[in-house]
Amino acid sequence: MNAPAPLAEIDESGLAALFDALVRRGRTVVGPTVKDDAIVLAELGSAAELPHGWGVETEPGGYRLRPRTDRAAFAHSAGPQSWKTFLHPPRARLWQADRASDGTVTVREDDAPAPRYAFLGVRPCDLRAIAVQDRVLTAGAYRDPVYGRRRDGVFLIVVECTEPGGVCFCTSMGTGPGLPEGSAFDLALTETAGPGGLSYLIRAGSPEGSELLAELPARPTDGVRARAAVAGAAGRMGREVDASDLRALMAGTMTAERWNQVADRCLTCGNCTMVCPTCFCTTTEETTDLTGDHAERWRRWDSCFDLDFSHLHGVGPVRSSARSRYRQWLTHKLGTWYDQFGSSGCVGCGRCIAWCPVGIDITEEVTALRAESGAAGAR
Amino acid sequence: MTAPRLAVWKFSSCDGCQLTLLDLEDELVSLSGELEIGYFLEATSDTLPPPYDLSLVEGSVAAGADLERIRWIREQSRHLVTIGACATAGGVQALRNLSPLPEYQSVVYARPDYLDSLDDSTPISAHVPVDFELRGCPIDKRQLLEVITAFLADRKPDIPTHSVCFECKLRGTTCVTVAHGTPCLGPVTHAGCGALCPAYGRGCYGCFGPVPTTPGGGGPNTRAMLPLLRRDGLSEADIARLYRTFNAEAPEFAEAARQAEEEAR
Ligand code: SF4
Ligand code: SF4
Ligand code: SF4
Ligand code: SF4
Repeated sequence: MNAPAPLAEIDESGLAALFDALVRRGRTVVGPTVKDDAIVLAELGSAAELPHGWGVETEPGGYRLRPRTDRAAFAHSAGPQSWKTFLHPPRARLWQADRASDGTVTVREDDAPAPRYAFLGVRPCDLRAIAVQDRVLTAGAYRDPVYGRRRDGVFLIVVECTEPGGVCFCTSMGTGPGLPEGSAFDLALTETAGPGGLSYLIRAGSPEGSELLAELPARPTDGVRARAAVAGAAGRMGREVDASDLRALMAGTMTAERWNQVADRCLTCGNCTMVCPTCFCTTTEETTDLTGDHAERWRRWDSCFDLDFSHLHGVGPVRSSARSRYRQWLTHKLGTWYDQFGSSGCVGCGRCIAWCPVGIDITEEVTALRAESGAAGAR
Repeated sequence: MTAPRLAVWKFSSCDGCQLTLLDLEDELVSLSGELEIGYFLEATSDTLPPPYDLSLVEGSVAAGADLERIRWIREQSRHLVTIGACATAGGVQALRNLSPLPEYQSVVYARPDYLDSLDDSTPISAHVPVDFELRGCPIDKRQLLEVITAFLADRKPDIPTHSVCFECKLRGTTCVTVAHGTPCLGPVTHAGCGALCPAYGRGCYGCFGPVPTTPGGGGPNTRAMLPLLRRDGLSEADIARLYRTFNAEAPEFAEAARQAEEEAR
């Protein structure tokens, strides 16, 4: 009775069956698909919309779709969006108010239930990013209602990484390419492509996951091929970085010369923060209609690269220079995040490196800051 | 209480920005309920006398008579908003600032002596104080509506000053530079259009002008754009031309074009 549960695998038709089972349960399935020469995350109608046969090449400031020689659907690294697009949407209306002709004002909060999402193809680094945003947006004294409504009951299907990209460094951050012990998920898959087609090592991480797995046409496997694919990925990371004691490094390099060098290259365009799966900053916008009888409050993504982000009344932007804005991003992500939320704000997904138009590389900046502080310490 | 009186003025321009007001089809009826049209020749030849509560000024100062007229308009206007690249930066016609005017006046016109042109085409703010500048060539109609509604509610208009990149990311457009290698001025260009061109797979050509420069050292890092635009296939001459369009004489874009030419030497 106490024998370990055997490992199970499904094939491509099993993946389609999984998709259909999610739809039958009323889930809105979000996953990767090819659009505009990139692998983006979108609501999918069927498993056929997955990016079968597509891979990507990434480098600082560059991303290209590349056809693969196999039909793998998950052999690609992070694209231009992350799951925060769905959990922490770019724009959300918070409430609206109407003034009647007698002057009474009625306020209506926007609290419509969110879609019941199933996220198909969450990479281990991105699973950690969701956990980081959970901590930021729901674990404090004030739970964010927009995020909370969307996050509650998301069905998470992780797919371990077998094809890391040129800008990935999850191994350095301890978040991938395999699923770390103790992760919270519903189902986890590991994709391998072989002569017999695609196969997916599959295991459940929750009661709902087990229930769904029981409905799938699974067969037993030793899991050796899948394990080897993940282990191989760990050895092919595009980048690595010494992530030890980042908090102290950030706190100790506030006056470093390196910030000037990176500021010479930085466009302060804000792309890095918006593609980062953990950045959470927003601003509010108030709108009225022409009559002034209808008002709405919205919130939208903001970024510490926006001049208005640090605008103080009567003073103007406190962080104006590229130096101070870039430093805010890096020191928050890697330093003060520990003070606020007890972890790193970086999970090593590499998005900020690929989607920075001028290819500023967070791992290179950390290495340079370390070298500069080491040299200063040695003097 | 009578409705605030609106005036719409034209200087050197193509009329496209004024037309944006008429283009607000769904809002025109309630707009005319909230504002009294005092002067808007594009819409009606009936005019009401000054003063005006809100003046929208289109066009650049480019002819001798403009100088006095803009000062008069300023005196008659409680709140003056300039609209479009011409009014805020001198417009495409400011390209003439780069070479001596008489040379091509004589080529284009049979009797250049009838002309009353100033040497330079300049923004309205070079001549009179301006309360708000709305960018774009042409302006965006949602933004124009926001400026007018904010004026009516006596609040600050919500017109973000960040880069076009913010708008691409908010609407979920994949970056055309990173994913396709398309040259794009989005990172140094003022938001406002909703990232229109990249949404259709094109690079931004900067029609909303540069992101603002601040005393503390904020502004478009056009030097850092040079290697990027070169990587994406532009020559220095191409780069100079890219900056020299609708906002050619916005100081930051004029400087960017000079930087590109300087690198070519
Ligand atoms: S800082 Fe960069 S590498 Fe780290 S999680 Fe954010 S986008 Fe990914
Ligand atoms: S890095 Fe900047 S945008 Fe990201 S969470 Fe921190 S302050 Fe906000
Ligand atoms: S680091 Fe790169 S993406 Fe981030 S603001 Fe600077 S130029 Fe833009
Ligand atoms: S993307 Fe650039 S060129 Fe195109 S409309 Fe917007 S500001 Fe103008």
